[in-house]
Amino acid sequence: MAELLRIENLHVAFPTDDGLVRAVDGVSLSLNEGETVAIVGESGSGKTVTGLSVMGLHKKGSAQLSGSIHLEVGDSSLDIVTATDEEIRLVRGRAVAMIFQDPMSSLHPYYRIGNQLAEGYLVHNPGKKKEALKRAIEMLDLVGIAEPDQRAHEYPHQFSGGMRQRVMIAMALMNSPRVLIADEPTTALDVTVQAQILILLASLQKEFNMGILLITHDLGVVAQVADKVSVMYGGRIVEQGSADDVFYKPTAPYTLGLLKSVPRISTHGSDRLKAIPGQPPSLINLPIGCAFAPRCEYTSYAAGDICLTDRPELLGVRPTHLSRCHVAEATRDRLFVEELKEVR
Amino acid sequence: MRNFLIRRIFFAIITLLVVSAVVFSIFSILPFDPAALTCGQRCTDQIIEGNRIKLGFDKPLYMQYFLFLSGIFFGRSYGTGSAAFSCPAPSFGYSFNENACVTDLLREALPVTISLALGALTLWLIVGVSLGIIAARFKNKWPDRVSSIFVLLGISLPTFVTGLALLIWVTIKWKLVPLSLVGYTPLLENPFKFFQYFILPWITLAIAYAALYTRFTRAAVLETLGEDYIRTARAKGVKERTVLFKHTMRAVFAPIITLAGLDFSVLIGGAIITETIFNLPGLGRLTLRSVFEFDLPVVLATTIVAASVVIVMNLIVDMLYAVLDPRVRI
Amino acid sequence: MSNDVILKVENLTKYFPVSGKRKHQMVKAVDGISFELRAGETLGLVGESGCGKTTAGRAILKLIEPTSGHLIFEGQDITNLKPGKMRPLRSQMQIIFQDPYTALNPRQTIGKIISAPFEIQDIDPQGGLKAAVQSLMERVGLNPEHFNRYPHEFSGGQRQRIGIARAIALKPRFIIADEPVSALDVSIQAQVINLLEDLQEQDGISMVFIAHNLSVVQHISDRVAVMYLGKIMEIGETNALYASPHHPYTKALLSAVPQPDPRTEKTRERLILSGDLPSPVNPPAGCVFNTRCWKVEDKCRTVVPELLQVGKSQVACHFPEI
Repeated sequence: MAELLRIENLHVAFPTDDGLVRAVDGVSLSLNEGETVAIVGESGSGKTVTGLSVMGLHKKGSAQLSGSIHLEVGDSSLDIVTATDEEIRLVRGRAVAMIFQDPMSSLHPYYRIGNQLAEGYLVHNPGKKKEALKRAIEMLDLVGIAEPDQRAHEYPHQFSGGMRQRVMIAMALMNSPRVLIADEPTTALDVTVQAQILILLASLQKEFNMGILLITHDLGVVAQVADKVSVMYGGRIVEQGSADDVFYKPTAPYTLGLLKSVPRISTHGSDRLKAIPGQPPSLINLPIGCAFAPRCEYTSYAAGDICLTDRPELLGVRPTHLSRCHVAEATRDRLFVEELKEVR
Repeated sequence: MRNFLIRRIFFAIITLLVVSAVVFSIFSILPFDPAALTCGQRCTDQIIEGNRIKLGFDKPLYMQYFLFLSGIFFGRSYGTGSAAFSCPAPSFGYSFNENACVTDLLREALPVTISLALGALTLWLIVGVSLGIIAARFKNKWPDRVSSIFVLLGISLPTFVTGLALLIWVTIKWKLVPLSLVGYTPLLENPFKFFQYFILPWITLAIAYAALYTRFTRAAVLETLGEDYIRTARAKGVKERTVLFKHTMRAVFAPIITLAGLDFSVLIGGAIITETIFNLPGLGRLTLRSVFEFDLPVVLATTIVAASVVIVMNLIVDMLYAVLDPRVRI
Repeated sequence: MSNDVILKVENLTKYFPVSGKRKHQMVKAVDGISFELRAGETLGLVGESGCGKTTAGRAILKLIEPTSGHLIFEGQDITNLKPGKMRPLRSQMQIIFQDPYTALNPRQTIGKIISAPFEIQDIDPQGGLKAAVQSLMERVGLNPEHFNRYPHEFSGGQRQRIGIARAIALKPRFIIADEPVSALDVSIQAQVINLLEDLQEQDGISMVFIAHNLSVVQHISDRVAVMYLGKIMEIGETNALYASPHHPYTKALLSAVPQPDPRTEKTRERLILSGDLPSPVNPPAGCVFNTRCWKVEDKCRTVVPELLQVGKSQVACHFPEI
């Protein structure tokens, strides 16, 4: 499987009046063709900024970037972090595309759908107006919009929420990108519509042999579509591994906390939810040591005060399953096994 | 759409009736005799009385109002016998001070005011919107700072200061524009003279409005640039310039045009200061003079014309918005 | 949980007129729902966007006037009560809103916000207003010293706690919770849900819990009502309903919810609903769900199904799943 995207030690920081916001604090991950990698986290975890950075859509000018983002473009690769604005612009919508959370505000209210779709094609194939329109209608059909040639003349407000997201997907795929970044693509949709959209994305992924980078906070969605998972907290990846590893054998306390606190539909009725105490950290004043330490119940299992003084590295007994924690992995495995029994 | 138009026209007529009735009533409250104003120094009571009957001032108020209204549709005649005269429809009455049918006065004044307003509108739109875009594009950098100084000046300087300043420096001191222009020359007759005549008044008016539009455009562009659909355009690989001019401006265009339409309509009735400074024989100056001379028919007419223009422009602007924004349905 | 019925809703409807166009078209937001709420119980009201659950919540509290139907609170018919007569009753029925960022007046301190119910109802609590407010703040997990702070100084989860403190201040008989955790982060949702459950138990408050998140609803509700296009499709005891849903829509809804369990999620069968939600201005004749139901027959298109007992739930379907 070819590697389509490789992010290495990405740091993104924004200077603000209140201080430097370290939105992304050392993130590394890779995406291969045909696979779905999910970045899971809550608000302020840095997951959205990571996704935006791959497209170079983070706030220009004001952002401080370091590290590298290698994107496969045709036969070569481009490092987004060091590339020029023009180089980045040329790969947007072509080698890599993005769909966003709110399809209503993400479509231009004043232009017809067909027009907006065609633009995506024309930007990278100038002058080919006829082909662009033809392809627009093809794509609308592909994403399941009935009577595509008629609907192409309509405006966004004439579509329902689910339809608009299909339009967004069609727009993203106009130039058959290899990488698709989906930022909370179903969060604003009803659950039955969400199911439709996720199935659509899966089938399109097969058809175009794409790699999908899915950014979400919904663990259910992750479980449904993700092959590999990166859990983010406080701008850092705290656990990274296959979906199976992360959901059934989590090694980071935060991941465990999340899995325990998410309400699940169960057959036997519900017990009290195990909430994670406290609040997510401020990205301006990140704790000196481990970002999760103030809320973690396992700090006593690490040596002395190390959780408060030192940042843990992302490590793992197996190289395919990494986590950030000072407590010895064997100890964590032992402790978490009991907790997980209650959850299943 | 049809219902919309019918409703609006209906309300327009009601508004105009109310406006005219209010002006009429104001005049009727004023503590003087309208007939007494109709003649100058050599007035005798006899002439005054004669004029009173001729002009219908002896009739009850509602009758006078009714005669005024009917005059608009059918024309109006004054007096009897050999001294009779009439003002053909649409007649707003007769002005003794000017010795002319009011409609003729309007006919002379309107083109001047319209030329003034249109020219200023074009100028301030071009300058204001361009500066606004530049300021937004280079936010917080020097073009933005410079334009905000311009905005501050433009908004703070009253038109009579700008107008007089231009008059003194450009016309008198530097003699760039001849002072003793004979008068208004229509555009088609002599374009060069037309522009010479209007250029300074245009600039005077435009400065104040351009400043407002710069600020407005800058804010609108900045706000639009933060919208999700602009992010989508960038995500498609659209060039930044296209993002600005095609996507952003299209969204900003609608409110700017509608605002401009409304400002323009208000200007028709009220560019009084500018017209006075530059001695332009337009609607504003006419209104001013007739107010001071208590010339009721003229005041009535100019008020109604101004109100009509505002109403019509409001209607046009609302319809235009429906054209520009597909989400709006009338 | 006793058998006292706190609230009885009978055939509640709320129609909104549609502006423009021809005739008098109505958005049938709520189209005849009935249920009972007993003391101390939580009724979950679920459905997707456009089902009318939020409108129903507002109508029950008479924040918007119902178009028709009856609301009976503790035996008293309040449907046609004028605002003046409603006011004293309002201390008994409260609401928690969805968006913690807009539900609190940014210009008031949270002390003022939480003391407002006392002031509006002209109640002087024992020990003084300030003490009452601070004790409420402690109960919801806020630091009582912070009563002079403003909403923007708090996080989303904390703001929601402030909203809860305000709602329970006068010890109401029941609370309508309108999507109280939907705008919160996952790790904070659990905290707030636990808080609501605790408070409910301590004060014996009944609750109508409006949400679209089925997992959360199962957790907190004793009974659940599933709404679609303004009508109740199924209503019954929570676990029984989730374990074996009888209405096709309930089945599809539950099938659509992804669970944090990759091994089952990736392989299980899903019931995918076809088509789009019909317009509430022109709901389908007969059973409103007929345009998307896989079991649809002629009867469904003409006859409106009644809510009838099937197993442990009441189901409005001509061909319910067994």
